[in-house]
Amino acid sequence: MGTNLDTPLLATAQTMHFDQPLPLQSGAAIRDYSLSYETYGTLNAHKSNAVLVCHALNASHHVAGVYAGQANSEGWWDNMIGPGKALDTNRFFVIGVNNLGSCFGSTGPMHTNPDTGKPYGTDFPVVTVEDWVDAQARLLDALGIGKLAAVMGGSLGGMQALSWTLRYPERVGHAVVIASAPNLTAENIAFNEVARRAITTDPDFHGGHFYAHGVVPKRGLRIARMIGHITYLSDDVMNEKFGRQLRAAVQEGKPDQAVDYLFSTQEAEFQIESYLRYQGDKFAEYFDANTYLLITRALDYFDPARHFGGDLDKALSVATCKFLIVSFTTDWRFAPKRSREIVKALLHNQRQVSYAEIDAPHGHDAFLLNDPRYKNLVRTYFDGVAKEIAV
Amino acid sequence: MSDAVIQRAIAELVPRGSRVLDLGCGDGAMLDYLQRERGCTGYGVEIDDANVLACVARGVNAIQLNLDEGLAIFEDASFDVVLQIDTLQHLRNAEVMLRETARVGRVGIVAFPNFAHWPNRLSILQGRMPVTKRLPYQWYDTPNIRVGTHADLGELAVRNGLRVLDSFGLQEGRTVRFAPNWLAATSVYKLTR
Repeated sequence: MGTNLDTPLLATAQTMHFDQPLPLQSGAAIRDYSLSYETYGTLNAHKSNAVLVCHALNASHHVAGVYAGQANSEGWWDNMIGPGKALDTNRFFVIGVNNLGSCFGSTGPMHTNPDTGKPYGTDFPVVTVEDWVDAQARLLDALGIGKLAAVMGGSLGGMQALSWTLRYPERVGHAVVIASAPNLTAENIAFNEVARRAITTDPDFHGGHFYAHGVVPKRGLRIARMIGHITYLSDDVMNEKFGRQLRAAVQEGKPDQAVDYLFSTQEAEFQIESYLRYQGDKFAEYFDANTYLLITRALDYFDPARHFGGDLDKALSVATCKFLIVSFTTDWRFAPKRSREIVKALLHNQRQVSYAEIDAPHGHDAFLLNDPRYKNLVRTYFDGVAKEIAV
Repeated sequence: MSDAVIQRAIAELVPRGSRVLDLGCGDGAMLDYLQRERGCTGYGVEIDDANVLACVARGVNAIQLNLDEGLAIFEDASFDVVLQIDTLQHLRNAEVMLRETARVGRVGIVAFPNFAHWPNRLSILQGRMPVTKRLPYQWYDTPNIRVGTHADLGELAVRNGLRVLDSFGLQEGRTVRFAPNWLAATSVYKLTR
């Protein structure tokens, strides 16, 4: 194959429309919906080299590559996926799908509710990880892909990968589940709740129907993003990056000097404050408030053991594929011990599983970063997958 | 263990088709061999990143764990054979791990350097800690934090309620059944509850 690392992978977003209603876990259904997706690489003649990549909270179907003529348009996992990369698009046909309820193209709360002719807003049905997986399966049906060589995801994306192995065990060859968990802890739900309350108590939220008012609950979104961001980093990394640096000192180009405090309670005094505000502002510009509520709720609800009296061994007993589970030592939002619970249940079911605990300093964010041990492991694992399907 | 001959000798003790747990599996060579040559299945446990990678590259299931944190992740009697080849001497909780090996597996196979091998005794008589092919480290930087003998391991096993199914020494790739505590650099035990 001719593509190499020097020529950028060009991505093209596509849309698939579905007019069969999708029944949801809640009992409701979404009628008439679209999914945005991208594909990279070539589906082989046996259609055996497809890899589905599932996205986490604020990402999309734009997993890899760039959009032609658009600067800084790299996909969110471009360091992992592409020609010659750990998940090599010269060998695999990689699919990214934007989940229902998201705000990057697939049907979501900002789109028109066919029942009312107005934007869904908070009337958009609550969707779960399982619902997303069902929608992804329909997209694969439409693409003529029966069985995935692998499904891969990090964080909430890892939950989708795990869910795939339970809902469609016969359609998955391998599952790569990174920095994920078999469900959220109380603390994790608590963080989500703070974020949701920040949004829903913003006067611009208007009960979720802010579109009609021509406003966006940006204050709420900013706070939601700020708290999220704190939990994605480790204490050590935050200290190393910002420490107690003062914004004024940084602006004057002498970050480590003890310039005078502003003695203000409102202004961003410390560099970390400035950073969080910047992240919050940026996020509020592009992310939909209702989507944030929906996606954090999907995280909260995910709990495959729930229908088995909390017994994860039983819940995972239907999975038949091979697994690679990866966690990061400093990730406290999706801590290694949560990944070990998945591993333990797979071991008890005598499933094929490898587990790596990468000693990386970056907290939960590590799954999106370029740690060579992590990348080599994923690359090596996919070498094995490629051997199995002979591509 | 680096010595392929020793590895083969120990592999002979593993029944065909066994479910195997290899504690401190290194680069996965042993499990790879058992999978290919003896139809075994199973997992290796490793702490080292490079070894975990090597296992995955060979198609050996590797679980990255610190053995000093125990084997709670594994169920009772969930393996036919648990291997501890050149692992015990690196563990703080060597005694617990011996019991855990017998809990998790129907049979435990333990191999470790026999400190009572005669060249080691000779070295001690001369007043120096031994540095040999089998124990190549200086006393001040050895990873072998548990130094024991063939006889010691047998006693520890019995004291923990384990039954010795077989025990012998390995020396230059040969099985040593006569006076292994003197004549073998490596001690091997086959244990059960």
